[in-house]
Amino acid sequence: MINAVGREIPDEILKLTGKEPFQGNNYKNGVPFRRVAPIIRPVMDNEHSKLVKDIHEALVKCKAHSGMTVSFHHHFREGDLIVNMVMEEIHKMGLKNITLAATSLGKAHDPLVPMIEDGTITRIEASGVRGKIGEAISDGKLKGLAIMRSHGGRVRSLVTGETKVDIAFIGAPTSDDYGNLRGIGGKTNCGVLSYSHVDGDCAEYVVAITDCLVPFPNFPAHISMTKVDYVCVVDAIGIPEKIATGAAKPTTDQRKLMMAEYCTQVVVNTPYFKEGFSYQTGVGGASIASTISLTKIMEERGIKMGFGVGGLTKPMCDLLDRGMVRVLMDTQAFDLDAVSNVINPAHHRITAGAYANPFNKGAFVNKLDYVILASLEVDVHFNCNVVVGSDGVITGAQGGHPDTAQGAKCTIVICPLLQGRIPAICTDVTTVTTPGESVDIVVTDYGVAVNPNRHDLLEALQKADCVPLKTIEELRDIAYSIVGEPEPVEFEDRVVGIIEARDGTIMDVVRQAKHYSFDD
Amino acid sequence: MNPNMKRLRRSMMFLNCQKPGLIKDPYVYGPDSIMLDLEDAVAEKEKDAARYSLYHALQEIDYRGVERVVRINGLDTDLWREDIRCSVAGGCDSIRIPKTETAKDVQLVEEAVEAAEKEFGIEPGRTLIMAALESARGVMNALEICEASPRLFGIALSGGDYTKDLQTTISGTGVELMGARQHMIIAARAAGVQCFDTVYTNLNDMEGFRRDVETIHTMGFDGKSIINPRQIPIVHEIFTPTQKEIIFAEKVVREIDTKKAQGIGVFTVDGKMIDIAFYDGAKRTLALARASGVYKGEL
Repeated sequence: MINAVGREIPDEILKLTGKEPFQGNNYKNGVPFRRVAPIIRPVMDNEHSKLVKDIHEALVKCKAHSGMTVSFHHHFREGDLIVNMVMEEIHKMGLKNITLAATSLGKAHDPLVPMIEDGTITRIEASGVRGKIGEAISDGKLKGLAIMRSHGGRVRSLVTGETKVDIAFIGAPTSDDYGNLRGIGGKTNCGVLSYSHVDGDCAEYVVAITDCLVPFPNFPAHISMTKVDYVCVVDAIGIPEKIATGAAKPTTDQRKLMMAEYCTQVVVNTPYFKEGFSYQTGVGGASIASTISLTKIMEERGIKMGFGVGGLTKPMCDLLDRGMVRVLMDTQAFDLDAVSNVINPAHHRITAGAYANPFNKGAFVNKLDYVILASLEVDVHFNCNVVVGSDGVITGAQGGHPDTAQGAKCTIVICPLLQGRIPAICTDVTTVTTPGESVDIVVTDYGVAVNPNRHDLLEALQKADCVPLKTIEELRDIAYSIVGEPEPVEFEDRVVGIIEARDGTIMDVVRQAKHYSFDD
Repeated sequence: MNPNMKRLRRSMMFLNCQKPGLIKDPYVYGPDSIMLDLEDAVAEKEKDAARYSLYHALQEIDYRGVERVVRINGLDTDLWREDIRCSVAGGCDSIRIPKTETAKDVQLVEEAVEAAEKEFGIEPGRTLIMAALESARGVMNALEICEASPRLFGIALSGGDYTKDLQTTISGTGVELMGARQHMIIAARAAGVQCFDTVYTNLNDMEGFRRDVETIHTMGFDGKSIINPRQIPIVHEIFTPTQKEIIFAEKVVREIDTKKAQGIGVFTVDGKMIDIAFYDGAKRTLALARASGVYKGEL
């Protein structure tokens, strides 16, 4: 069946998953559902200890079994040790057919590939996958399907019961013996535990893993003891230098600086740029440079931001410290400055659900004026691809891309026209991960394209005459005139993964990559 | 006269011909000219490969009106003649001669360019020449070099080699370059050609770079060689007339035209004494403003 972004979703996949094809951003708007609730095992005995001596004991007490689903968060990013540690123990116990439901997986988890090959892990659900696991999925090594969903989409999946987590493992920089967890303190300070709240709410068993046990009560707790079954103390839960590094130096790449300047000009010349506007940006060089140049114009015009949200970096925290933004709503700290800034009383931690769950009675992303995003590819329908490389191999993550793109009134995607020899602006993206209806403006090094559905923004930018305006087709044509139009990537027939839309429908499928061979 | 003789050349960006990633689309940064280098940036064993990419780049890439200058290898090598054949065949706009010391050097290159134009069916006189002065002798011979060929549109100072020849080093203050800069700009103006300043290599000192560009702009240079696209906006900002300067120049031109008709030779504009001597300067300001894209008036 062809979905609303023109992608064919095979009937057998719809049947296998019980899902519908994507039918537009607001298809499920206002459609009621009942949240699921987990089984609770009350702790009334005041002698009860939640401490377990190791991961193995935690698994046994949580009745770990073949076919179960285990979940993890990615606040420790490439410094994460928890996923591998737990999966090694599960592997040793000889359990099979495990569904790995992590908020995201990266290169830190490359050692799991043999467990995919031997059938220990047969399904993966994550925002996306980088590194060797992505390659293994694209090579068809995962027996079941990989489901890639956004941060908001993941929360929806858990609260609707679509994903049933048997055991949630929550790595916590500090915990007391009763499971009050905080994202700060200890050796592996990550600032916040936003992604894990829903696991605490929905999993059948919740195991806290920490390398820093502190006296009771570890307060104010980011995740409460009322949700935690067991606490396991290990030597190390993460590699601190890989969790958050010093703030990235502002880029000196003139191409990125040009795109940043275009982006800033777009923001300041569109109608939402006024006192109290809201804003989210990412960690890329152009995004950070744009925030810095935007700050200067805010100062010149005496405009302050109402709130900033999402994964945070130093330039956003600097805005808070200088009184240029009223509040920051934090789901993830991208650098050490953002981690340490959480002590500012106007720097608030929010859950991934409050941030982006489309099945809330409203989420922060819905109140965004501007979001600045990046993309691997953008097509002439403004569809974006942030997961599958132009070589057909899974290599990225949706993160909050589809959530914020849909939510924001003005969604700006920064994307250089060419990624090496690959045209990033193309006729059709390899895989649709964010639908074009969510994307308003594309900023490239060759000019800026406005989605024709946004006459208002186009008129504002034409009037301001502040950036070189082009149509998206013109940008695509320039790209093709420079590097040629690439032949479509070839895939095998087998579907190895699905790109889930925020509402749980299917945006696109990812097929097994076909290995290239030279003709004789 | 070739209409490109006097074109706008505020920024001339060096690019290594050996690096396809650099030469594929430098026009996005908006330089007035790019200098595709076959000389110092290219390793000795890669000279032929660099020529190959240069030729195909010139043939295949639409540089969108940016001038394409090729820096050939020195006349003391056995490479420069083939460099010229390859550049002219590719359709470059200009040849930059390194280490120029005499008018004879320019004439040698002129002959080779003429021959190549003939060989490859290029319109005669299409390919221009510029000369880089990199030694004390070259600087002292600036005037004869400037007048050596009708194809020669300008001279450029190459500060690195020049200071070595002077037995000093680049200090960042410009003191060591002062004599050469002054001499060259005077010679260029005497001969009616353009004059370009040397590169500023410390990319971490953008304030120093700005001061350097302000200095050479005040001295009368037409533009500056640059090594990084980050330097372009600063050069263009300094070389582009301000709105205040444009308005004043417009007033000067209009007033001189009017007063001349009335038989008045000296008068004041905005409190400044003006006479016919200001006419050419004001016209130049407006021409530069127009070429820089900031003036669309009728003068």
